[in-house]
Amino acid sequence: MVSSIAKWYEKKHIKLVPYLFIAPNMLLFFTFMIIPILFTFYISFHEWGLFGKPIFTGIENYTRMFRDKVFWTSLGNTVYYTAGTVPLSAALGLIGALMLNQKVPMRAFFRTIFFAPVVVSLVAAGLIWSWMFNPNYGLFNEILGHFGVSGVDWLSSSTWAMPAVILTTLWVRIGYCLVIYLAGLQAVPESLYEAADMDGANGWQKFWRVTLPMLKPTTTFILVMEVIHGFMVFDLIYTMTNGGPGYSTTVIVQYIYQKAFTEGEMGYASAIGTFFFFVVMIMTMVQMRIGREKD
Amino acid sequence: MSTNKSLLAKENKLSSTISLPGLTNKKLNLKTMSIFLVLCAASFLFLLPFLWMLSTALKTPPEVTAKDIKLFPEQLNWENFLDGLNAAPFAGYVGNSIIVSVLAVVLTVFINCLAGYAFAKYQFKGKNLLFMMVLSTLIIPVQITMVPNFYILKYLDWINSYAGLIIPRAAEAFGLFLARQYIMNIPDSLIESARMDGAGEFAIFRKIILPNIKPLIAVLVIFTFMWRWNELAWPLIAVSEQSMYTVQLGLAMVKGEHFIEWPQLMSLTLLSMIPMLIVFLIFQRYFIQGMVSSGMKE
Repeated sequence: MVSSIAKWYEKKHIKLVPYLFIAPNMLLFFTFMIIPILFTFYISFHEWGLFGKPIFTGIENYTRMFRDKVFWTSLGNTVYYTAGTVPLSAALGLIGALMLNQKVPMRAFFRTIFFAPVVVSLVAAGLIWSWMFNPNYGLFNEILGHFGVSGVDWLSSSTWAMPAVILTTLWVRIGYCLVIYLAGLQAVPESLYEAADMDGANGWQKFWRVTLPMLKPTTTFILVMEVIHGFMVFDLIYTMTNGGPGYSTTVIVQYIYQKAFTEGEMGYASAIGTFFFFVVMIMTMVQMRIGREKD
Repeated sequence: MSTNKSLLAKENKLSSTISLPGLTNKKLNLKTMSIFLVLCAASFLFLLPFLWMLSTALKTPPEVTAKDIKLFPEQLNWENFLDGLNAAPFAGYVGNSIIVSVLAVVLTVFINCLAGYAFAKYQFKGKNLLFMMVLSTLIIPVQITMVPNFYILKYLDWINSYAGLIIPRAAEAFGLFLARQYIMNIPDSLIESARMDGAGEFAIFRKIILPNIKPLIAVLVIFTFMWRWNELAWPLIAVSEQSMYTVQLGLAMVKGEHFIEWPQLMSLTLLSMIPMLIVFLIFQRYFIQGMVSSGMKE
């Protein structure tokens, strides 16, 4: 009796309800995410300025992209930035997590300090560090001076601007990796360490044979997130160097922004965006595949 | 080499214990002590940029450009805050950011919880396909949608409006994902029995689901607030008039648009992060929970 009422109710009424519940979310999602992605693909085969109608040009934008030296520079810079930030922030985050996983006094305090930069906006972080890197009055060169190293004009040097941005990023991202690793470490069963102790393993062996393999899913997650994060870098570059000096710190996302909104080349910007979309997607899939292997 | 290490390990175990009165009553061995000291040094390095900002914000302009650089100002020069606020219409930016962040939080959390509930507890056609689509956008750089979104905003006449700053960013994959995960753990029996009592479907959401997902709501509120408050890329596209600038946009532009000294710029930077730091210090637990649960459940 009860179940038949329930069935009747389900048939008549409930079918529409979930669609109504997801409607606001889906409407926005399709309007501002799915349609724009498809539109980016579409417009990438057109020439389109700020005014006027798009003109179909086939793969012209793509051939131009492959000939565009600045495009390759910005792609190279993006890879440089990612390679400079991801391994270091993951490794230092892991070291920090290992230390905080010990019975050390004031652990909560340390964790708060390391995590605080994560919640600070990248604009604020960029401004603080721009000032830290100031060649004449900045703290960074002052500290270097105490060690007998004469500093450089970091953000105005095509060699040193990118390392400066990378250092800033480490300040922001290490805390994130640390917190994720700490949660991963706390999920490693104590019995594994006890078994290793029985076998006479030392601390170093336990780290390589127990901790690191057990943290593999965490590491995969962190690497995937951080690589995506690295490839999408924009705010920090925009605040600290705006891509300069020259094109020495221009990264892909910022180049897309510049082409689209400074130079009004919407079609060309969309072609780079489409290319970038596939690069990020393939890279993420490859990383997840590697992470799943050997499990 | 390896014998060396095992010797060290043994030494650590046997090591003489040092007690630190005042800190803890526990006895600390040498290993713990050295880790503690490394952590102290590292956290000092992490705090240094904050201290540098704070000290600059309180220095006088000549003090900042003096020959010898000091970490602490000679006297606290609070005028920088007023000068900074006068140099740019910063109070207006703060107002815009508060309006945008608060309304965005309300809208985002509501529609994400509602949709998350539907994805967690209802069966309907296209459910999995739609959810996978949403999820896949987690790995798509939002920036590649900049150009079309700019035109959509223009078409809707939402450039330089709160609607343009808030609504397009409200449906957000991370929040929906988290909401679905969390609501899936609510027992079906709660919902079924309410349905038997003749409660309407939306009433069930309001009276059964919402009161049971307070921790989820806390996480979503905090993260949405953080994202909207800290965001630069979207306001950069959606806003061109200075009167509609958000805090981050104003800060990013202030160097180019106004003549401003470093002490004033640092005081504005400090002001810009105060709301975030307060929210963080109060709700730290939820921040870390959210960060972790976003990744670990997969």
